[in-house]
Order: sequence, then structure tokens, then C-alpha cells
Amino acid sequence: MKYENQPTLPPPANTIGVIGWARKHLFHGPLSTLSTLLLAYLAVVLLGPLIQWAFIDANWVGDSREACTAGGACWVFIEQRLGQFLYGFYPGDQTWRLNLSFVLLLGLILWLAIPKLPAKTWVAGFTLLVYPFIAFLLLRGGLGLEPVETHKWGGLSLTLVLAVVGIVASLPLGILLALGRRSDMPIVRTLSVIYIEVWRGVPLITVLFMASVMLPLFLPEGVNFDKLLRALIGIALFQAAYMAEVVRGGLQAIPKGQYEAADALGLGYWQKMILIILPQALKLMIPALVNTIIDLFKDTSLVLIIGLFDLLSIVQAATNDPKWIGYATEGYVFVALTYWIFCFSMSRYSLYLEKRLHTGHGNRA
Amino acid sequence: MPSDPQKDPLHATGASSSQVKFWNDPGKRALLFQILLVAALVGMAWYLGKNVVTNLEQRGITTGFRFLTQEAGFGIPLSLIEYSEASSYGRTFFVGLLNTVLVSVLGIIAATLLGFLIGVARLSENWLVAKLSALYVEIFRNIPLLLQIFFWYFAVLRALPAPRQSIEFFGNYLNIRGLYLPQPVPEAGFGWVWIALLVACVASWLVKRWAHRRQDATGQIFPSSWVVLGLIVGLPLLTFFSVGSPMHLDHPELRGFNFRGGLTIIPELVALWLALTIYTAAFIAETVRGGILAVPHGQLEASMALGLPRMRTLRLVIIPQAMRVIIPPLTSQYLNLTKNSSLATAIGYPDLVSVFAGTTLNQTGQALEVISMTMAVYLTLSILTSLGMGWYNKRMALVER
Repeated sequence: MKYENQPTLPPPANTIGVIGWARKHLFHGPLSTLSTLLLAYLAVVLLGPLIQWAFIDANWVGDSREACTAGGACWVFIEQRLGQFLYGFYPGDQTWRLNLSFVLLLGLILWLAIPKLPAKTWVAGFTLLVYPFIAFLLLRGGLGLEPVETHKWGGLSLTLVLAVVGIVASLPLGILLALGRRSDMPIVRTLSVIYIEVWRGVPLITVLFMASVMLPLFLPEGVNFDKLLRALIGIALFQAAYMAEVVRGGLQAIPKGQYEAADALGLGYWQKMILIILPQALKLMIPALVNTIIDLFKDTSLVLIIGLFDLLSIVQAATNDPKWIGYATEGYVFVALTYWIFCFSMSRYSLYLEKRLHTGHGNRA
Repeated sequence: MPSDPQKDPLHATGASSSQVKFWNDPGKRALLFQILLVAALVGMAWYLGKNVVTNLEQRGITTGFRFLTQEAGFGIPLSLIEYSEASSYGRTFFVGLLNTVLVSVLGIIAATLLGFLIGVARLSENWLVAKLSALYVEIFRNIPLLLQIFFWYFAVLRALPAPRQSIEFFGNYLNIRGLYLPQPVPEAGFGWVWIALLVACVASWLVKRWAHRRQDATGQIFPSSWVVLGLIVGLPLLTFFSVGSPMHLDHPELRGFNFRGGLTIIPELVALWLALTIYTAAFIAETVRGGILAVPHGQLEASMALGLPRMRTLRLVIIPQAMRVIIPPLTSQYLNLTKNSSLATAIGYPDLVSVFAGTTLNQTGQALEVISMTMAVYLTLSILTSLGMGWYNKRMALVER
């Protein structure tokens, strides 16, 4: 008889390591085993030809469709047209202006997105109030820069212009509408509710149709907006309603005590909102805001319907070019990948923020 | 909503409130502001209206809805109601509307099924199932719907063979012009099957009620689901055969360059339906996942402690509580799908926007009337939905303690 403690035995071999993990997560019952095998089979069957098509049999270099001989994807098409896909019909020697404005924007956004950097308020103010004018000057020309008409804008840069202007123009309007919806004044409240519900109730396409067909009817004689401006007005008015709902969500999350404390300090309505409520609300609503921005970004592809050449539209046009006919899939894959990278990184950022701002207690953390 | 210190006796400096300047009285200031706002809006509406009238006069367009009775003169490839080129513009509105309804209903059904499947699969304990579902959601949620429609239409369906080289399977034909299926044509006496179905539904309801009462009284559980399934499927089927199968199939046949007869599903419908389903299912999956996660874990544990079997736990405890969270966002997804179906116009599926706000608008030039009617349709739909949601939320709130 031994009474001293024996050394702990290792766990059974089939519960640890790769085998243990697989037993627990892949084969822990007949249904699970069946679905694992079925999905693994499907993945192999589908993924194999896909990799074959996209990488192994693909052609990467060349200068015309004659280079595509391997039978797989013809990435030469994308490579040859990349300049057009990114910059549209912007004059080739002027594309540095597009690059500069987007690099500037990227810098500003990164500054705002990285928590450690200081002076967020000033940078945000600069982005919303000063940057649009700089970008407009760079893109459109003037002050010594060669003017470039908007019908020459296109491709990814047009998509970004639509998205950025849509956000910057709709946010202030959205904040006003949200404040209006929570106002004590019955007429203001009713008007805000009507505005928000009407725009949220109709599809963006009809709004774009309206902007391109009906808007000219509303303008006095001799005044004419170009197509891009009309689309931008439509998008901004439409987006403002969605922004308003996001802001309202943020406003509702602010405890009543904050409003009362501001009242007790004797602050007026605008002082109370600008100094106390909105700074807190805006912080809370960033994740929802990013989600709305993702939707807007995807929705900009709809301008194709009214004949603007955004990224999707310009690729769609290129796939109909007799020189490259039959390579639609490659074009769509390129567009999908571009949109996906933008949207996915934004949604990850929103998720990260949600985690950072999350102070409640969920059911399963 | 400025605070109101003037009415506060502590702040009153002996002066009566009538001596307060009216622009310092929040109530009056609000009134003034609202009057100014209304005046500005009326002024703007008047100005815009004046512009519209001048512009319309210049272009020689007469306003009004008289154009709706004029002959349309263009064909529509898919129509659920009788339509020909001699039909009126008013009829194109209904043809388009019904086509929108068709693709929306089909999309909603398929997206719900796929979305629930993927949402539940994302919570699966099986690593591969969970990861692949997550991959599905992340891929399709982040690609614009229009691009997905284009992909299915131009890259997949346009690659199908010409009618003469159709892919044939079980009497169905698939080619670039669409999917050709045999069409079931009911003959005289088929009405009995509908009557049988109605009877089965009523009987099922009675059985359910009786089973529920018996369980309340005695605690015995009656397998009512199986009985109901048997009734709804079995009774019409039995009737169908007992009255001598009053139905025949109209098979599609290749004549010349195209198929005649049978049921044709146009590729535009398929592409739009596929894209709407796949895109919306990704969002529904997230909604479903959120709803299931919102049920507190204790509910599951309590149900197991009571000894309820797993299926019954799911059916009686988890799903009812999850549905309360799921249904409001689910409805807004349905609404989104319906609104997104307007992207049909990009591939030429004849929906409301494509037919009415597209062709009819271009032919008549009645932009104001056509766009307003189109918007009114979607608006009515979304107002009805939000009213229904309000009612649902109120009803759900009553159930809560």
C-alpha cells in the first residue's frame, strides 16, 4: 500500500492534440460527422477548380487578349484597364491630384481611427469643414490647376467621391433632423418625422431617378446642375434620413440626467446640445455610423442606373468592350474584391469599436 | 426645448412675466420659430411649384393622370395578369407592381430559409460548419447587391447554351432564354382538391385546439404535428386521386429557335431572385444569430433542469424568446429586400421601377406623376410594415412582466 500522491497521469490520447480537437469540434456525433464530411467534400470540389482558374491556369502579364492562352482567369484585362478602373477618364498626367486628395483623406481618417493620437476634435473639424474644399479644388481644378469636368471623373475615385460627399453632406443634416425629431416643438417634430420616414421608405433607385429626371423640373430657367451634382444631392438627402436615425439612437442612449444637469447649469438649447449631449452621443453612435457608411458605400454602385461611371459601372462597360468580351467574371471578381476590402475593414473597425466601447454585461461575454 | 427659468418663482425678480421680452420667452420663441419654418417651407414649395409649372409649359407636358388610360404600345416579357401592347399605361403599373411582388415574395421565402439555416449553423458546435457560415456572411454582406445581380446575370446565366443546345433534365430545359418547365394545367374537377385543402386546414386547427385542451387537462401530449402534416398533405392528395387526377402537364417543345408551351422562368427573374436571396440571407443570418444569443443561457439550463427534451426546449423555450428579438429586424430585412428588388431595372427584369418608372416614364415624359406613384407604392408598403411592427411590439410588450 502506497499512500503518497502519485504523479498526475496525462489525459487520454484521444482527448488532446489534433485528434482531441477534431473529435470535439468536427466529429462529436453522427450529424456533426456527416455535415463535416459533406462540407469538406464540397469545399474540395469547389475550391479546387476555383484555385485552378484564379491562379494556376491564369494569365497575369500581357497587353491584349491574345496573351490569355492558359484557359484560366485573364487578369491581363484588369491589368490593362486598371488606370481606367481607378481614375475613370481623368487626364493621365493629372491623376496625382486624385492620389493626393485620397492620401490626404486616408491620413485624416487614420488619425481619427487610431485611439492614441491627440486633437481628435480639431482633426474631425478639419476633415468635415476644410478638407472638402481642398479636395474639390484638387479634383475639379482652378487656382492654376487645369480644370477637369465632372463627366471625366470615374472609376474607384468617383465611388469614393460619392461616398465621402454623401457622408460629409448628410451627417450635419442628419443631426439636425434627429434633434428635430426629439424636439418639443410639434411642427418641427412632425416635419422631421415625415422627412425621415418618407426617405427611408423609398428605394435609393427611385431617389436617383427623381434626382436625374425630376430635379431639373424644380430649378429655375437657365440653372442646370450636372449629372454628378444631381446624384450627390439625391444621395445626401436620402442618406440624411438614415443618419438621422443613427444619431437619434445615440441621443436616446444619453441618460436623462445629462439633459437635466445641462438645464440646471442654465445652458441654452444649442449650448446644451453642442457642449454636453452631442459629444457623448456621437461617441456612442460611431459603430452604427460605420455600419451606415458601409451601406452607403455599397449603395453608391447604384449610380450606374443614371449613367455615372463609378467603379462597377466602368468595369461593366469595359466587359462589353469588343476587345475584352468574355472576361466579365474577371471584372466582377476585381470589383467585388475592391468593395469587399473596403467594407470588410470598415466592419471590423466597427466591431473593434463596439468591443472597446462595450461596458454593459452581456449574457455570454 | 430651452429650459424655462422665467416661469420659475425663484428666478422671477419681482417683475410679472408680462414684462419679459417675448424673444426671451421660450414658449413664444418656439412658436415664432415654427411659424417662420412653416413660412419658409411654404415659400420654397411655392417657388419650386412655380418653376415646375414654367418648365412643364416650356416642354409642352400637361400634368395629370390622363396618360394612364392611353395605349402603352410596348411589350413586357413577364406578366402575371393579361397584358398586351394594346393595354394602357395604367395597366403597366399593375404588371410592374405584380412582378415586384412576385420576386419579393419568392426572395423573402428563400432568404428566410437560407438565412435561418446559416444563422443557426453559425452557432453550431461543429467548427467547419460555423466557420463556413461565418465566411458566407462576411463575403456576401460586403459586396454590393447590384454587383451580385450582374454576376449571376451576365457571368453565369449569359454563359448558358443557346435554345438548340439546351441542357435537358427530367423534361425541363435550361438555356440562355430561361428555364422551361412543364406547366401543370388543372382540368375540370380540380376544385375539389382546393376544397379538400380548406377542409384539412380547418380540421388541423380543430385537432390542435383539442390536443392543447387535452394536454392542459390531463398532461398527456398528443402528436398533433404529425396528424396535421398528414391532414394537409394527405387529404388533398387523396381527393386528387379519388376524382381521377384532373390535371395534365403541358410540356415545353422546341419549335424553330425557341421553346413553346410549358412554363417559362426568365433568366432576369432567376438572377434577381438568386442575388436578392443570397444577399439578404447573409443579413437575416446575422439577425437570427443575434436573436438566439439574446436568449439568456439560464433559460436553456432551466429548461434542461425541468427535464424537457432537446427538441422541445428549442421549440418551447428558445425559439419563442428568440423570435421576439428576431422579428422586428427581420421585417425590416424583408422591407429592404422589397426595396432592393427595384435594382431589377439594371438587368431588365420588368418590375415596377423598370416598367413604370422606366419605359412608361420615358414614353410619356410624365416624370412628376410616375415617380410620385412609384414612390407612393414603396412608401405605403413601408408605412404598413412599420404600423404592423408597432402593433407587434405592443403585443409582445404585454407578454413581458
